[in-house]
Amino acid sequence: MNNNLINNSKTDKVLLFFNKIFLVVVVLIVTLPLLYVLLGSFLQPDVLLTKGLSFDPKHWTVDGYVRIFNDGSIMRGFLNSILYSTGFTLVSVGFTILAGYSLSIDNLVGKKIIMLYFLFTMFFNGGMVPTYLLVKDLGLLNSPWAIILPGAITVWNIILARTFFKGLPNELKEAARIDGASDAKIFISIILPLAKPIVFVLALYSFIGQWNAYFDAMIYLEDKSLYPLQLVLRDILIQNEVEPGMIGDQLARAELQRISEMIKYSAIVIASLPLMIMYPFFQKYFEKGVMVGSLK
Amino acid sequence: MAQGWGTSPRSDTLTKQIYEGKRKKSSLEYIKKNYILYLFLLPAVVLVFIFNYIPMYGVTIAFKDFSPLKGIMGSEWVGFQHFIKFLESPNFHQIFMNTIKLSTFELLIGFPVPVILALMLNQVRRSKIKKNIQLVLYAPHFISVVVIAGMAFIFLSPAGPLNALLALVIDRPISFMSEPEYFRTIFIASGIWQSAGFASIIYVAALSNVDPQLHDAATIDGASLLQRIRHIDLQTLKPTMAVLFILAVGGIMTIGFEKAYLLQTSMNLPASEIIDTYVYKRGLQAADWSFGAAIGLFNSIISLVLLVTVNAVVKKANGETLY
Repeated sequence: MNNNLINNSKTDKVLLFFNKIFLVVVVLIVTLPLLYVLLGSFLQPDVLLTKGLSFDPKHWTVDGYVRIFNDGSIMRGFLNSILYSTGFTLVSVGFTILAGYSLSIDNLVGKKIIMLYFLFTMFFNGGMVPTYLLVKDLGLLNSPWAIILPGAITVWNIILARTFFKGLPNELKEAARIDGASDAKIFISIILPLAKPIVFVLALYSFIGQWNAYFDAMIYLEDKSLYPLQLVLRDILIQNEVEPGMIGDQLARAELQRISEMIKYSAIVIASLPLMIMYPFFQKYFEKGVMVGSLK
Repeated sequence: MAQGWGTSPRSDTLTKQIYEGKRKKSSLEYIKKNYILYLFLLPAVVLVFIFNYIPMYGVTIAFKDFSPLKGIMGSEWVGFQHFIKFLESPNFHQIFMNTIKLSTFELLIGFPVPVILALMLNQVRRSKIKKNIQLVLYAPHFISVVVIAGMAFIFLSPAGPLNALLALVIDRPISFMSEPEYFRTIFIASGIWQSAGFASIIYVAALSNVDPQLHDAATIDGASLLQRIRHIDLQTLKPTMAVLFILAVGGIMTIGFEKAYLLQTSMNLPASEIIDTYVYKRGLQAADWSFGAAIGLFNSIISLVLLVTVNAVVKKANGETLY
């Protein structure tokens, strides 16, 4: 891509210069808020409110983190989120891969009808209230299964998996078929080992999606001890409800507000850091996922 | 359609006539022989049936006076009563327009941003720098919507950093989260901040498939940078843009509901109450089941009509279609 600079006119050079400046600005817009929260989480809250960011070590503190670790709710939310996200990912990816493989087989009898059956859900759904009533009738309210099961199968993911399997060279399957292997056997011994990329992509998307979700948990879970991380965060960040355990003794209202402000920053960092650290390692797979999807 | 177990196109044509006569029988045999493939499909089919199709039946409560004691079957039919009640309610106009405005503005303002980003990134010659910029731009995508909303509250509070900056120009701090007039801007800007970078992946990838010789040839012919972007790069992106646009319009009535709910304060409701948040409050929180289901159904029908219409329009204009 280095070779089309043969005859750039002056205006082109100016444009390219501004393009660079603009990209720098975009990068700053994205990073500065994140850095602000990160630095803010280590600052005494009154300093942050009156002076803004300060680099004077006297103003630094890890008090917000200490309070969060001492109180159980965020840590419990963390564990709950790991549990829900893992369960959701196993169910979702497992069943999606199986269905996607079957639907990738050209001469599967009834393929069209089954595909339509799945596709229809893309265009119409019962909506929030009937789904809630169903979950309630199934006795799943206040149960982790209400988080794991309802959204586990999405048409989009089935299409992704099917597209991937269709792209595998047919010769592999043909060769095995001639040897008399059934489709199931072919799946386990030949296809599955080759399916690692799609399994990985789907697992990443499912896990992260569930990790960052709060809405299903909000409507289906009542018991605070079952709350996933995001719901605990919502109480702290949006509802301004800080667990008494984080504040400690009875404190003046101003002090309480001061501390809850500080906890907000640390809570954001603790909740976001794992993914922030991990996603660069998976960048390749995210891009792959988007591309497989674009092939239809 | 059903070709028995013919495994390659050649054997299919050879044995087509035989199969024609025995299609039914061979289908059955196929299913028998390959029952495991259907077993593979079973869990997904069952889950979709339970959690997608049963609620579609459940939505009939929109036409009934549902009470949990009587169940869906036992509750009385009331026809379109709930729909009429919603359409005639004093806040219908506001909620409906809030929904339309929020999602239309988000679509119109948010849709081009990833395209522009991709075009700009495409001009970065050194691939290592480009990769690193992309990596940074993806970051907000991995932040949860709860944290995004929480950050909005922190940054925009009267004592927050934005007001600290504005204090240089204006006297009194603005309470952004309680003023309805700022809600849509906050919603859309935070959305672009969070997802534009990640959304540009697909466009960047499409652009990297453009043959560099095309650009070289155009340059030699005297095409300027802008001309090449317009006639080569944008043309490349058009089909992808079309598909994504259809999808976005189809989702217009359900856009960003989870974030809207988080960014709502009692003060900004005149702008922030949208159909989905209203369904949640009336249908679930106030347990007005039938009324909530009716509003939800009203919403999905509009979405469906929009999706089908836009798909038809884009198909005509562009030759691209979703299904």
